[in-house]
Amino acid sequence: MKTFAQLGFPGRLIAVEGLDGSGKSTQIYLLKRWLEAEGVKVYFSEWNSSDLVKSATSKGKKRELLTPTTFSLIHATDFADRYERHLLPLLRAGYVVLCDRYIFTAFARDVTRGCPPDWVRGIYSFAARPDLTFFFRADLEVSLNRILDGRPKLKFFEAGMDLRLSSDPYESFRIFQGRILEQYLAMSEEFKFTIMDANQRIETQQAIARRIVSEQIDLDEFRRRSPLPLPPPVQPQTTAGTEEDSAA
Amino acid sequence: MKKSHRTPGAVPSVSQRRFFGHGIPGVQLDDLAGKLIVVEGADGSGRSSQIAALVNWLETLGHATVQVGLKRSNLVSAELEQAQNGNILSRTTLSLFYATDFADQLENTILPALRAGFIVLADRYIYTLMARDLVRGMDAAWLKNLYGMALQPDAVFYLEVPPEELVQRNLSKNAMLDYWESGMDLGLSRDVFDSFLKYQTAMQATFRRMQCTYGFTIVNGSRAVDEVTASLQKKISAVLTTK
Repeated sequence: MKTFAQLGFPGRLIAVEGLDGSGKSTQIYLLKRWLEAEGVKVYFSEWNSSDLVKSATSKGKKRELLTPTTFSLIHATDFADRYERHLLPLLRAGYVVLCDRYIFTAFARDVTRGCPPDWVRGIYSFAARPDLTFFFRADLEVSLNRILDGRPKLKFFEAGMDLRLSSDPYESFRIFQGRILEQYLAMSEEFKFTIMDANQRIETQQAIARRIVSEQIDLDEFRRRSPLPLPPPVQPQTTAGTEEDSAA
Repeated sequence: MKKSHRTPGAVPSVSQRRFFGHGIPGVQLDDLAGKLIVVEGADGSGRSSQIAALVNWLETLGHATVQVGLKRSNLVSAELEQAQNGNILSRTTLSLFYATDFADQLENTILPALRAGFIVLADRYIYTLMARDLVRGMDAAWLKNLYGMALQPDAVFYLEVPPEELVQRNLSKNAMLDYWESGMDLGLSRDVFDSFLKYQTAMQATFRRMQCTYGFTIVNGSRAVDEVTASLQKKISAVLTTK
């Protein structure tokens, strides 16, 4: 599995992976702020965020319609849409693309849900390996507490309730996250994860992350040649725009 | 016209049921008592008429039937329709969207109906989905893995009608040619008529190639409706007598 650099893309892709509550989203946000301040062309993309697929995914989740197979496929659809419409063109245009979760999330979750590993990997075989993948490894209890403290209402699929591990959502979540962690660790070497000790202070982790990024990516190559274009003038919306969203 | 995908003389049994690949986790194949019959073919090949005739015939004989088709899932059919109208999806995405639609129907309609002993009639199946993607240059191995989740049908009929005749049938029915059935997204020609002919020719060639791998029955769809129905009935009768 080749990286974008190995495939000759001018851009670079950095992904963060880890359990819910491992602090990865905070860290990638801070990386984005830093790279922007450095004048680097940056784009940030989040797992499960394609507008197009979102309504189907949320309907499936709300009504608990999803099986392991459709759960896997609908997330693959979402990823493919973002990959083909955003990530690839941006990487060809020399951007540093930051992804909060990448295909490894699917590898870990879908296999935990019982999908055959070869099948899942085959589906995502159109995607290249990130140039840098940070895996935020926190103690399971730390991640669990961060989530369970702040957001006591767990959603059905988030808690892995579809796996019937326990009738108690909290207990189910604990078991589910534990299994996902095992999957992540099992693939860590194969996909060359850079493991970050996520039990450390936020500032410490960010300093390490920034150092690793600047060691592995020559940021000078990715700076904007010209200053940022001015935002377009505000004008009343007359024609149907590109962001024609369905009724939320 | 006696191309059966089973070895001549072999008596198929329920235990011969299998998925194309990995299949759906947790499904007991031996529980699937019903039969899965697939009718493939372009728009205008007579699929719907044939399926209607088969339903009528099967129900008269006392068989319960269920119908499935493309883009009919509860989960994503509306979103898929919307995306297609906007023509904003790239190929892998569209392919996976269709696969999601298919999987949803497989798990929520086809498998439960087969468990309950119904005859499931599929108005197109993974063959059309794969052929469309193959014509668009997608990787055959990738598709094979993706649709490894699908159940192998008991009978598959491909209604073959020459593209020139498909044009006539589509125009006489709708007075226009469908954007997707003309393969307009491929940019074969800016002219929808030319594009339709080129695209349907490519689709037929792909189906012919797939026939070598999957061994479905190619049916001459240019004949009168009743004649085609009679030949389908003959083959389905043979499937129904195997238990």
